[in-house]
Amino acid sequence: MARLQIRNLEKTYANAFKAVHGINLDVEDGEFMVLVGPSGCAKSTTLRMIAGLESISGGDVVIGDTVVNRLQPGKRGIAMVFQNYALYPHMKVRKNLSFGLRLQRASKAEIERRTADVARILEIEPLLDRLPKELSGGQAQRVALGRALIKEPKVFLFDEPLSNLDAKLRASMRVRITDLHRRLKEEGMSSTVIYVTHDQTEAMTMGDRICVMKDGRIMQVADPKTLYDRPANAFVAGFIGSPEMNLIEGRLDGATFRVGDQVLALPDELMARLRGWTGSATLGIRPQHLRLNTGSGLTGRVTGAEFMGHEVVLHLDVAGARMVAVLPSADYAALDRGAEVRLSPEPGTAHVFDGAGENVSLPVLN
Amino acid sequence: MADIATAIPAAAPAHEVRAARLSAFVRYTLLTVVGLIMLYPLIWLIGASFKTNSEIFGSIGFIPREPTLEGYVKGWETSTPYTFGRFFWNTFLIILPKTIFTAISCALVAYGFARFEFPFKRFFFATLIATLLLPNVVTRIPQYILFRDLGWLDSYLPLWVPSAFAGDAFFVFMLVQFLRAIPRDMEEAARVDGANSFQTLIHIVVPMLLPALISVMLFQFMWTMNDFLGPLIYLSSVEKFPVSLALKLSIDTTEAFDWNRILAMSVLALLPALIVFFMAQKYFIEGISAGGVKG
Repeated sequence: MARLQIRNLEKTYANAFKAVHGINLDVEDGEFMVLVGPSGCAKSTTLRMIAGLESISGGDVVIGDTVVNRLQPGKRGIAMVFQNYALYPHMKVRKNLSFGLRLQRASKAEIERRTADVARILEIEPLLDRLPKELSGGQAQRVALGRALIKEPKVFLFDEPLSNLDAKLRASMRVRITDLHRRLKEEGMSSTVIYVTHDQTEAMTMGDRICVMKDGRIMQVADPKTLYDRPANAFVAGFIGSPEMNLIEGRLDGATFRVGDQVLALPDELMARLRGWTGSATLGIRPQHLRLNTGSGLTGRVTGAEFMGHEVVLHLDVAGARMVAVLPSADYAALDRGAEVRLSPEPGTAHVFDGAGENVSLPVLN
Repeated sequence: MADIATAIPAAAPAHEVRAARLSAFVRYTLLTVVGLIMLYPLIWLIGASFKTNSEIFGSIGFIPREPTLEGYVKGWETSTPYTFGRFFWNTFLIILPKTIFTAISCALVAYGFARFEFPFKRFFFATLIATLLLPNVVTRIPQYILFRDLGWLDSYLPLWVPSAFAGDAFFVFMLVQFLRAIPRDMEEAARVDGANSFQTLIHIVVPMLLPALISVMLFQFMWTMNDFLGPLIYLSSVEKFPVSLALKLSIDTTEAFDWNRILAMSVLALLPALIVFFMAQKYFIEGISAGGVKG
């Protein structure tokens, strides 16, 4: 059983560039943790430090009860799946799978049994005698997955494993990996996963919890629903969700939010969450949470409307700021380019971020 | 749209087709002629090896009037107590260890330079490359004195030992360039699979490096086969002579040179390199282009 702990982990490169700034993260046994963030946020570096492929400049990585900082990757009880599969090109699939076991001098019977097991689970039995160059992308990724699985590691590490696949395959592999994780967990096997991706859809659909990173710092760690409903800061709010959350800069005075010459009266429930906070602020509303309104609200001029069938994506200009709204397609008829519409957020969905981007409108949790 | 339509002619006019054919004809003729001129010495050599001694200087044509195997038969016997077979065997004795040592030592050194960080790495690599620019003759005398003091003269050791210590900077450079073009992911995967650096080298890097290693071995084979100066300096007993020295021997010891013998043995001396080259041509070219272009 393996819990993974990261304590004050730091990475400073030889050229004095500090990539990781003392991060702390606890991953429970059997948990599927996704590290997500834009490129350059050091999520891969963090993963490689856990794997032992990158040296640790400060802090500790603990797997189970062992500090693994100085252990070779092969001795850490981890398995890793790489972005470009990294299959050994000169070995057939069978040998690729069993390479690690052969290095450990496992018995022949053991190797055969485990190879057969893994091949059955991943449905790669017909591929066992092929070379990697004779595999398609999806097949190669399944073999790479098998190579991790066969080791029965304490922790699985995934480094953007699906980013080389096409959209359709990616969706099916996503399901396959989460299924696999669930099965391992049910069978009582070690199934702790750290999964690195830059794709927020992957993060939201796969992770038990998600760790959002930016510039070598952790922005928020939470389950997908919390991340979506209660983002800790403007970065997380903008990064998670598609289309992106509208972040409108303005000023909060008492019960109103001013942007340009427009005034939005804030609903009582938001006022309650704000607990009297005032000042320069950014109002965050998800496009899906905006509704057409004849009464109060922000007035926007329609600059474009995309009809998607079940919904309409509306692009607006609100006091010089761009805004996006996703509305039911029933509203489409009324939405001409240049038309003025009035929109307001659904109750309980708007957020207010302060000058530093922190969410000041989170409800008090008991 | 109009621009595109005018840019593509409907069909090339007849005179353009004729001009294209004529130009191709001229080009191929020129290439054939130049090719033949370049190959002529070789063709002449083969033809002359079947001629009698008197005919060799009598005509410039390469087809012998009275073909004879005398050159081969007498040449093989040589004027020494040994046949040419002995000299071929000696060449083989020099080449085999040298080629194997080169492959092993250069792969190790290149792996070190391409994949590891160590103090003064840049300085050492620059030094290595600098030796590439150093003319060989500069090191001949110090090397000779060193090997003499070690008591290695008239043995194959001076020919073998430098290759066991990656003495040929060119090969190290070539392998380093090749390695730099290979992504490290496979090696990282191997490390995660529990391989140490040496196991990674043997199981992962060497198989991927194989095309480059084969061309290194081929180069070393050919250069050693053709090396004249090395054996000339270090070997003094005739029984240890390789083919390159033995050919010279037949010029030295006889007063009237039997040119047809020398030519016949030259043809035989060319054969191993030619055979090996054609057998391994695929890897050879792969290795050169990969090492040179991808870097």
